[in-house]
Amino acid sequence: MSFFSFGQSAEIDIVLKDAETRKRVEHKTEDGKKDKYFLLYDGETVSGNVNVTLKNPGKRLEHQGIKMEFIGQIELYYDRGNHHEFVSLVKDLARPGELTQSQAFDFEFTHVEKPYESYTGQNVKLRYFLRATVSRRLNDISKEMDIVVHTLSTYPELNSSIKMEVGIEDCLHIEFEYNKSKYHLKDVIVGKIYFLLVRLKIRHMEIDIIKRETTGTGPNVYHENDTIAKYEIMDGAPVRGESIPIRLFLAGYEMTPTMRDINKKYSVRYYLNLVLIDEEERRYFKQQEITLWRKGDIVKKSMSHQAAIASQRFKGSSSAEKALAQAQAKEQ
Amino acid sequence: MSDPTVADTRRLNSKPQDLTDAYGPPSNFLEIDVYDPQTIGVGRNRFTTYEVRMRTNLPIFKLKDSVVRRRYSDFEWLKNELERDSKIVVPPLPGKALKRQLPFRGDEGIFDESFIEERRVGLEQFINRLAGHPLAQNERCLHMFLQDESIDRNYVPGKV
Repeated sequence: MSFFSFGQSAEIDIVLKDAETRKRVEHKTEDGKKDKYFLLYDGETVSGNVNVTLKNPGKRLEHQGIKMEFIGQIELYYDRGNHHEFVSLVKDLARPGELTQSQAFDFEFTHVEKPYESYTGQNVKLRYFLRATVSRRLNDISKEMDIVVHTLSTYPELNSSIKMEVGIEDCLHIEFEYNKSKYHLKDVIVGKIYFLLVRLKIRHMEIDIIKRETTGTGPNVYHENDTIAKYEIMDGAPVRGESIPIRLFLAGYEMTPTMRDINKKYSVRYYLNLVLIDEEERRYFKQQEITLWRKGDIVKKSMSHQAAIASQRFKGSSSAEKALAQAQAKEQ
Repeated sequence: MSDPTVADTRRLNSKPQDLTDAYGPPSNFLEIDVYDPQTIGVGRNRFTTYEVRMRTNLPIFKLKDSVVRRRYSDFEWLKNELERDSKIVVPPLPGKALKRQLPFRGDEGIFDESFIEERRVGLEQFINRLAGHPLAQNERCLHMFLQDESIDRNYVPGKV
């Protein structure tokens, strides 16, 4: 359209205030590539300026108004047309008129609520972005800038261990224990498997971390399971009385915090799957949900102050707590 | 809470293992041998039987050491019973070799030594895989196959 020198067009560029100092994080895009985006937290003010650069410096640009929007939306891949906006803020930057030269406009959205974490999944995407629009009669000129939001939590008050005795009657009895039910993303899962009865020929044992993304409601619920990690913890045949330790460092895996029923649209939950494999390749497993949360970084004072404003009290009880054979409340 | 930046990765406490458990015989011993093929009968009515010997220390089996004679169709019977009654995916049997039963063959068909050996190996793998399955061990038909003198085809199927 701008090949013809009829009329005028413009390029829009959005610049955040403190862009040089603000942290950028990697976030997966829908096609699997990773890009860096500015990181923001809940409650933070979003401010900066928009540079509107005229393509043909001599000519005027007539417009129906210039505005800036801050949008948080959920997009279900199977229902692309409908974007569910849960945050939608608008600031008018200029009334209808004309620009005779390139111009910059300041904008500020104070203490914006960003209740959910940015998420790009298999069937759903939640994103936040700034969108600057120069409205015109025939076609608008707009530019979007995606930002990433992380939700932070603090150490939960109640974080009991998961301890359970499971098995197959007269065949295999084990007692497994994981030191916590809620882990932060850089935490370590410390646990043990104790063999009470072994009448099977076990060849090895592993722990898998499974991510389950649930989209849809009612009869149209769809679960997408993804095995994030497989970690062998035992090789060989155990006998009664043996205790196998578990020490699984979560920092090495790409995971998000547990997300429950986000805006009633989707959930992302994590499970530990303990798998025993016998000599005939038969698999025996026990799945247990764990809750993952994101800890704020202890970086610069200003950042941790921001994080302190943004951090939410951890809420919700894990189903693991209800299923405990022996609850152990641990001091953090 | 102690220094939160360094995670506590110490092992959880566990009971020390009893040495008799550690060095004692394993409680998962189960071995089945299929051997000594014998061809019985003459002419058209010949068939081959194999000796099936089971040694185990699993309490679910009544006899810790048993020997029976079984033919291929007995193995087929067992497979069908389990496929019908239990929810397990039954391992495959070695082939039925119908082609070998057609006349005008150069070799001895299903009584050919190398074929019998191939079949013996397949049957041994089959029964070992099956007998180790916890759900198969609950079925009456498996116990009858392994430990009763002969198979009563009119038995009442059920769980042990």
